[in-house]
Amino acid sequence: MTDTITPVNAEVHDEKLAEESPTRSSFLSYFGTKLGGALISLVMVVLLGFFAFRVLPGDPVRRIAQERPMSPEQIAELRRQYGLDKPVTQQFLDYLVNIFTGNLGESYVYRTPVSELIGQYLGPTLLLTGTSAIIAIALGLWLGQRAAWRNGSLFDKIATGTSLTLWSVPTFWLALILLMIFGGTLRWFPTGGMVSPGVEPGTFAYVVDVARHMVLPVVTMVAVVFAQYLMVMRASLLEEKSSDYLTTARAKGLRDDLVRRRHAVPNALLPTVTLVFMHIGGLVAGAVTVETVFSWPGLGKLTYEAISGPDMPLLQGTFVVFSTIIIVMNLIADLIYRQLDPRVRRA
Amino acid sequence: MSTTEQARPVAQMTTRQVASRRRRASAAKLWREFRSSASGMSGLVFLGVVILLAILAPVIADRSLLDVTQLTDQPRFAPPSWEHPMGTDHQGRELWVRMIWGARTSLLVGVAATAMSMVIGTLVGMAAGHFTGVTGGIIMRFVDFFLVLPSLVLAIVLSSVLSRGVLTIVIAIGVTSWAATARLVRAQTLAVEARPYVERSQVLGAGHWHIIGKHLFPAVLPLVLANTTLTVGSAIIAESTLAFLGLGDPTQQSWGTILKDSMDVSAATSGYWWYVVIPGLAIVLVVLAFTLVGRAFEAIVNPTLRSR
Repeated sequence: MTDTITPVNAEVHDEKLAEESPTRSSFLSYFGTKLGGALISLVMVVLLGFFAFRVLPGDPVRRIAQERPMSPEQIAELRRQYGLDKPVTQQFLDYLVNIFTGNLGESYVYRTPVSELIGQYLGPTLLLTGTSAIIAIALGLWLGQRAAWRNGSLFDKIATGTSLTLWSVPTFWLALILLMIFGGTLRWFPTGGMVSPGVEPGTFAYVVDVARHMVLPVVTMVAVVFAQYLMVMRASLLEEKSSDYLTTARAKGLRDDLVRRRHAVPNALLPTVTLVFMHIGGLVAGAVTVETVFSWPGLGKLTYEAISGPDMPLLQGTFVVFSTIIIVMNLIADLIYRQLDPRVRRA
Repeated sequence: MSTTEQARPVAQMTTRQVASRRRRASAAKLWREFRSSASGMSGLVFLGVVILLAILAPVIADRSLLDVTQLTDQPRFAPPSWEHPMGTDHQGRELWVRMIWGARTSLLVGVAATAMSMVIGTLVGMAAGHFTGVTGGIIMRFVDFFLVLPSLVLAIVLSSVLSRGVLTIVIAIGVTSWAATARLVRAQTLAVEARPYVERSQVLGAGHWHIIGKHLFPAVLPLVLANTTLTVGSAIIAESTLAFLGLGDPTQQSWGTILKDSMDVSAATSGYWWYVVIPGLAIVLVVLAFTLVGRAFEAIVNPTLRSR
């Protein structure tokens, strides 16, 4: 179980088992390690945020001044407003204080606090990505284990071929194509937004309307993401397939179906869970383009607006929030992993 | 060097010559095995054609065909026909001309960003595998951070704070996509480091640079190269996505820029299907070709994957 003798492709197993060595016993210390890691990642996000938005671009005010004519007084005023007249260390301290008090600055375009904007747009994004994630995970894992169990069959070939093709499709293009066929030509679904104007919130009609608006974005995100889950599940079940314990299970006289469901799949799920959560990052990236194409009022569309602005405080805010969501997701993955894998729990 | 080697016909050769001869032999073997993969070969042939078209772009279609000011009598949004094989865009430019010129940027960015990502990933991965203890731990913490962070979001941030241009896109994709490679390289480094010949080299007094350069690097290289072909595909997708979000170089044609233009004139909902379908299909086919080549290559250098 040490790093040194594992084959290259078993990195998922090897990382997990090597990190959770038998010496760390209690749940608390496990949780502490993982929480500590997540906190370090959060600190790195905060540092990266400062570096990317304050150090890399040089003087943001000069950029603004390049884009629209300004008098020297206006420039000086803007500098003072954004705290750019202070030394970098002071700016960094201000930035830290602001971030930890939830003050992400004011949007250039909306003229409202970034944190307020993000609060408004967070819900729709969670709705969209959450729904897509659940469908994609269920579909991907189910198809993946089927494909692996009948390795080389027609079903496997079709599943793998489809995944490889979908893997090669840019998310935003698939969104455009679906929009074109089902929104433009067939007019089955609305082409954008989250609700039709005039629908009262809280009514049944409202729920149906939102669901109709969700169909195309969700289909797009599921199509792009489930392929990755399928491939991960397929690979990890294939690795389990040659194990001795499956021969034992069959020798006991278990039906093939039970061998798969009770014995092979639970073990294959272990490395898959980690990867599934890791790919949540991909889902977030997908949200940016899908929301842009379908004008879904979420963080992704907000990011797009921040780019087109350019609205740096807003972009910084969405960057910090997206990264935080993903780090938290990974922390959850680690905790679920412990629950799923008795070796990690008892060790 | 050793007596056993001198007994062989390679007696007159230096160690360097022996090594390079072996490497050439294994490269030839790799090519023989690759040729037997039908999907890998079809991907390679397709890529060859696309690369040729991209290189010959100035010969096939003069740059002036892209100059909007000289195209006043061209029809706008003309659907594909004999006269306009791929239709025209919102400014009357022939789509096929834009596609051929766009292939240059898309492929160039894909390859350059991948090269950057591979260099960073290989160096960091070898360092993480070779230096054990605290150093390795810190490096891995760093790798995990970049692995977890959504690379597109970070790439968006980088390309919006740096000045617009092809180089910025290359950097933005390159510095955000190396973490997976680093992990792969680290795992392979650990496996190689445990082999007796590395230990022997260490005992004989080899330093870090010698072991990394002469033993670890050649051992991880095939894996990195296979990974490279797979990464080019995702780099091309990343380029098109950034261009689509309006972060590309507006003066350069790329498949992503064409799709961005098509979105700006809402081609998808206005019935200008060719404007949306053709550039996207080109991306899908090229990425698929890179994936097929990469997978065929990977199956050869990583035999444990063969059953898959």
